[in-house]
Amino acid sequence: MASGIKDKVAILGMGCSRFGERWESGAEELMVEAFDEALADAGIDVTQIDAAWLSTHYQEISVGKGGLPLSIALRLPNIAVSRVENFCASGSDAFRGAVYAVASGACDIALAVGVEKLKDTGYGGLPGSLGGTLNPQWAANGSAPGNFAQLASAYRAKHKVSREDLKRAIAHISVKSHANGAKNTKAHLQKPVTEEQVLNAPLIADPLGLFDCCGVSDGAAAAIVTTPEIARQLGKHDIVTVKALQLSLSNGSESGHNSWDGSYFHTTRIAAAKAYKEAGITKPREQVSMFECHDCFSITELVTMEDLQLSAEGGAIRDVMVGFYDADGQIPCQIDGGLKCFGHPIGASGIRMLYEMYLQLTGRAGPRQLPKPSIGMTHNLGGSPVSNVAAVCIVGALAN
Amino acid sequence: MVGITAFGGYVPRLRLARQAIVAAHVWADPGLAGKAKGARSMCNWDEDAVTMAVEAARNCLNARAAWRGQTPAAVADPEHAPGAVFLATTTAPFADRQNAGIVSGALGLPESIATLDVTGSQKAGTGALLQAFGAVAGGLHGDVLVAASDHRSSKAASPGELAFGDGAVAFTVGAGDTLVDFVAAESASVDFIDHFRPATERFDYTWEERWIRDEGLTGIVPPVIARLLARAGIEAGQIAHFVMSSTIARAVDGIAKQCGIAAAALCPDLAGELGETGTAHPLVMLAHALETRVQPGDYVLVVGFGQGCDAILLRATDRLPAWTAGAGAGAGVLAALAKGTPETNYQKFLAFNDLVTLEKGMRAEKDDYKTALTVTYRKRDMLTGLIGGRCTQCGTIQFPRTDVCVNPQCRATGTQEPHPFREEPASILTWSADYLTYTADPPSHYGMITFTNGGRFMTDFTDVKVGDIEVGMAVRMMFRIKSVDSIRGFVRYFWKAVPVRAS
Repeated sequence: MASGIKDKVAILGMGCSRFGERWESGAEELMVEAFDEALADAGIDVTQIDAAWLSTHYQEISVGKGGLPLSIALRLPNIAVSRVENFCASGSDAFRGAVYAVASGACDIALAVGVEKLKDTGYGGLPGSLGGTLNPQWAANGSAPGNFAQLASAYRAKHKVSREDLKRAIAHISVKSHANGAKNTKAHLQKPVTEEQVLNAPLIADPLGLFDCCGVSDGAAAAIVTTPEIARQLGKHDIVTVKALQLSLSNGSESGHNSWDGSYFHTTRIAAAKAYKEAGITKPREQVSMFECHDCFSITELVTMEDLQLSAEGGAIRDVMVGFYDADGQIPCQIDGGLKCFGHPIGASGIRMLYEMYLQLTGRAGPRQLPKPSIGMTHNLGGSPVSNVAAVCIVGALAN
Repeated sequence: MVGITAFGGYVPRLRLARQAIVAAHVWADPGLAGKAKGARSMCNWDEDAVTMAVEAARNCLNARAAWRGQTPAAVADPEHAPGAVFLATTTAPFADRQNAGIVSGALGLPESIATLDVTGSQKAGTGALLQAFGAVAGGLHGDVLVAASDHRSSKAASPGELAFGDGAVAFTVGAGDTLVDFVAAESASVDFIDHFRPATERFDYTWEERWIRDEGLTGIVPPVIARLLARAGIEAGQIAHFVMSSTIARAVDGIAKQCGIAAAALCPDLAGELGETGTAHPLVMLAHALETRVQPGDYVLVVGFGQGCDAILLRATDRLPAWTAGAGAGAGVLAALAKGTPETNYQKFLAFNDLVTLEKGMRAEKDDYKTALTVTYRKRDMLTGLIGGRCTQCGTIQFPRTDVCVNPQCRATGTQEPHPFREEPASILTWSADYLTYTADPPSHYGMITFTNGGRFMTDFTDVKVGDIEVGMAVRMMFRIKSVDSIRGFVRYFWKAVPVRAS
């Protein structure tokens, strides 16, 4: 029986580039920006890194295929570099590669870097991709907002929620994230917004308006991991360890079998249950201090709160409206501003979420610092509600 | 007797008010003011001669199955399927790829049948029907499906734009249980160039109407009718229904008069509500006449004109009333005409017919990918026929058909038999109206549909406007253009969901 990842791997250092429309920078420069911060934070030399994982999604418009872009950009010392592509959960999966490498004993120190350069396309929003040779010949003519907006119609029908009530709840989600993002100098969008602004914004995909959608940004994030023992030897105190790291992938049942009702993420529920078990968390609503949700769209965040067992099924709207997930609420969500304010450079987002949890747990989150958080969680989702990759990572202070 | 054993019709849902066309052009041509009457049918952006033919043929074959007491599955059964499919059109999407073969594939007909595109003239429709009678009479095929369909092409501000309409009709021709018997036919081939369209051009070049009427129609058609009557041994006065169309005012009246056919025999040309549907039109009018006025024993004369003419004499059997009141009731041209929605936006017509150069945005470039034809072929059952799978182990119906059963409790390998989804009842589970993604008719409506008997997939909705869609709504599948690779001119087809509407 597997013993799980809990407390076997520590975060030695992390870095995160400024996210935004980085017209002056390519993916290479963004990777260097994030890596340099992580390396300085770790307090090691580049030659001490044994292996690296690179996460990117759109190779066509970014750095291309393979691990070479990272190896070359950082002038890594001819170590193993693997490229990980797992849709929008690529960052979490690259982190998983580095964490597993350390946990196995194959590496002492491993690196995960996620990056995406999205603003070289010539238009707003995510670029379309074909998904192979068969899919474009029959898949519905959709976009990310349209695919995620599907959740709203099913959630409304299942829980008998009016369009107005749902719109107001998801507007509150965006207002909350913007309020948090306004305190983060690395975020792309740093202005607060009002509920009225959100509700009156133009429709992107019914019922999602402009402010229900996360930004589209360039950015990179990096994590350097090692064992708790090596971290201590390197002089680290207040060590943050990985408590759980789980991925769950759709197998086509949501999209092809009539057992799923369209209102939730089947995979997130599985990944969350496994992660809580791995971390030894039995009452997540009471034990999780804070979390970063994959809020690509406000409706995603709403249903995910239930999928992560933080809100009761059908109870997320009430929790949102009473401020349960606000910065001063019981479980602050997107305390850094989330995808909503950072935007979503695909390969970087999973590691960017961990960066905020790491800052909060080490007391370095500045104006956003929460009082004494002990358990942080990231939820990183790739694909669409009908077919996706869900990653749940739990990090926390290493018990003495 | 050889004759027509079933028929079906299809007219695109959109009906463009001629007032909208006239309003756009009357500044340049004040003479148009008097032509702002009625409406013409217009294809949605994702319809063409092939998709309309599929729908007309589907209506025909499904009604024929019902008429025979069979389920829709019988349509594809090699024992009951037609032996050949003829498609008449001069607006086929492909100049060299069998368009009738696409129609046949979409209908799920067995690959053991013959297919043929009949084209090159406005009389292709009557010609195809005539050849079907011959093929059945001669014993080449037991029965033949004849579809005629045209997505008319006309320049903005041309007379054709006002006169034309888009539509399709389909007949099965067989040797027993006929609704209408084939009596006799005569033809003429005369290279009379009333209009022409070079193979490389999109639009017709048309000569003077008075000359077409006096030298062409009046000169060519009456002698052929006279020969036909002589061959059949009947008098002109015995023709109860005269089916012929012309966009030239009173030209057909003149021919009837000249031939001694009673004015009361002239069948409605449907100009007011449909427009002239090209090669399909004589057969569209025929179907309409069979549904609305032809009685058992009546003689029906059908004429198709174009570089000569075909004149076909038919006679209704005793079965016709039961067909039109029963199995054929919702399948024909009459029902198709009733399923319309008014359109007053002429700009939409221009856009859908590529008559203006539109800014589509960079997102439209995504459709210009090279289609893997190997995949299109390998998955032709799925892509063209909408064939999914049924697991023989657990019974789960699923789309697409794959090696491993999608039922999480089953996961059996290699157990799936083909299962057609074309006629499966379905309803909407989730949806959105997407303003971001490119479509020629924004917003892009799509969502998850679940089939009542099992299976689901995310699909495009078509023939909908904002506010039409809601969770739980019943939908049916229609064969439509999925996207177009504008670089290579390749049209991709797939199936889309359309709300089931009362009208």
